[in-house]
Amino acid sequence: MSWLFLTSGLFLGWSLGANDAANLFGTAVATRMLKFRTAALVGGVFVVIGAWAGAQGTSETLGRLGTIDAPAGAFVVALAAAAAVVLLLTRSGLPVSITQAIVGAILGWNLFNGKATDLKTLTQLLSSWLLSPLLAGLIAAGLFLVARRFLQRRRVHLLEVDAWTRTALLVVGAFGAFSLGLNDIANVMGVFVRVSPFPAETAIGPLRFTSVELLFLLGGIAIAVGIATYSGRVMVRLGSGLASLSPLAGLLVVLAAGLVLFIFGSPALQRLLRTAGLPGWPLVPVSATQAVVGAIVGTALVRRSGIRLKPLGQIAIGWVAAPAAALVFALVGLFVVQNVFELPVSATPRPAAGARVVAGSAS
Amino acid sequence: MTILFRRTRALEAQIDQFLDAVSEGCLVFEKGVDDYLRHDEPSFEERRKAIGVFEGKADALRREVETRLYAESLIPDHRGDVLGLLENLDNVIDQAKQTLGQFEVERPEIPEELAPDYLALARACVQATQHLVDSCRAFFREITAVRSHIHKVYFFEKEADRLADGLKRKIFAMDLELARKIHLRYFCFHVETLSDRAEGVADRLAIYTIKRTI
Repeated sequence: MSWLFLTSGLFLGWSLGANDAANLFGTAVATRMLKFRTAALVGGVFVVIGAWAGAQGTSETLGRLGTIDAPAGAFVVALAAAAAVVLLLTRSGLPVSITQAIVGAILGWNLFNGKATDLKTLTQLLSSWLLSPLLAGLIAAGLFLVARRFLQRRRVHLLEVDAWTRTALLVVGAFGAFSLGLNDIANVMGVFVRVSPFPAETAIGPLRFTSVELLFLLGGIAIAVGIATYSGRVMVRLGSGLASLSPLAGLLVVLAAGLVLFIFGSPALQRLLRTAGLPGWPLVPVSATQAVVGAIVGTALVRRSGIRLKPLGQIAIGWVAAPAAALVFALVGLFVVQNVFELPVSATPRPAAGARVVAGSAS
Repeated sequence: MTILFRRTRALEAQIDQFLDAVSEGCLVFEKGVDDYLRHDEPSFEERRKAIGVFEGKADALRREVETRLYAESLIPDHRGDVLGLLENLDNVIDQAKQTLGQFEVERPEIPEELAPDYLALARACVQATQHLVDSCRAFFREITAVRSHIHKVYFFEKEADRLADGLKRKIFAMDLELARKIHLRYFCFHVETLSDRAEGVADRLAIYTIKRTI
């Protein structure tokens, strides 16, 4: 039965692969710099590696927001997030993110079960949503200026630029896919960490996996399947619509977005910063789509090519609409699962009526 | 790294060879006109054959470059522009070849006093083509330098217009048969067309350059 509950997470992973991975290879595939088959293979492999490597990263932050401790609860939370994303993406075309939807769904679970929400973690998450497109824009603008100066000074032939870009699109796409897996695996499988159906340690051949590693590996595979089965169509649509980016500009945008996902998702980088006596960056799942939009706006500002304000407004709407929709779906879903199917959605029942919930005091 | 760029370098070399062929073909055109005006028949015949060779070489190289750009899906965002550029440059050397051919077929009787004017016109036109070839080389390697070369193309095109206008006035002020005057004007127009073609390519190149900025 507990295996069945994982299906909503796997669906969420598939949807992430189909949509967010398209951001990474969209320009390359749409301009035919890369074949879709190559992009899907490289993207799939590196997203799985990233997801496995991300076992210690951003899921801890989501865990602090809400410790979902019943399989049915985790199932509903992941399903509500997926439903919110699918609804908002297909009905209104908003660039909403699974990242924001899952937070809304977790808050819904907290609310339904009378659990307190860690306000510090919530603030960290909210500020990172704002920060990630800003940072991506800043990095993309910097990369753009450096690339432009380099190409002007070195007098690189148009065909050589093309050959370099082609290779770099594959390498940077692989890095982006790794960072996507690293950062966003928590969105897909984070809510199942406490209720994993896997034993504490599993040996597959010479390799030993912890329960969480195996869970994230499975999530990574779901993302890879999403890339292989559906992202091609999204890539062509997105790549030809992304402000008609040239392959080189597209490359810089993907690199900037990949760096942002890596910065917000890498425990190794955090340890390195702390070792060097620098403040550690919070490990927070951020949206790849919104990082890409931020990077595009950053390059547009540097090129002085003018920016359309509509995508920025849509991001801001997405920040509110996605978590709000997911919260409502989670509340409804949890109510149905608990009262119609009579499945426990939390291991610790809701405190008696009248009991006061204090922020940070929940177990 | 060498393997990665081997094919690219070969294609770069072909584009350079194409530009060399256009440039040398136009220089041969100038020499051919000079030979004709000096009545140096063997040398004129040699130039006429040489321009044919350069035009044929340019055609073959252009086709090969075009095929490779499409077959290997290279420079997807600039492929159309580059193909347009090469085809229009090819028209420039075609024009030079045709004009020299018309001199050979129609044998216009150019009065001695007009010979320097025809030569000056041919030189201005060829100067325009040489700067056009330089601007095309810059388009591939040094995008910021394209403008300064294009500016010179426009300058020599205007100079050719001015010289052609003066030459036509001189022709029609002379005491010659109307049929001969029209024939001489016709050759003035043919030579002048070379700079007009160069100007047309420069106009396209100016737009391609704006598009090439990342």
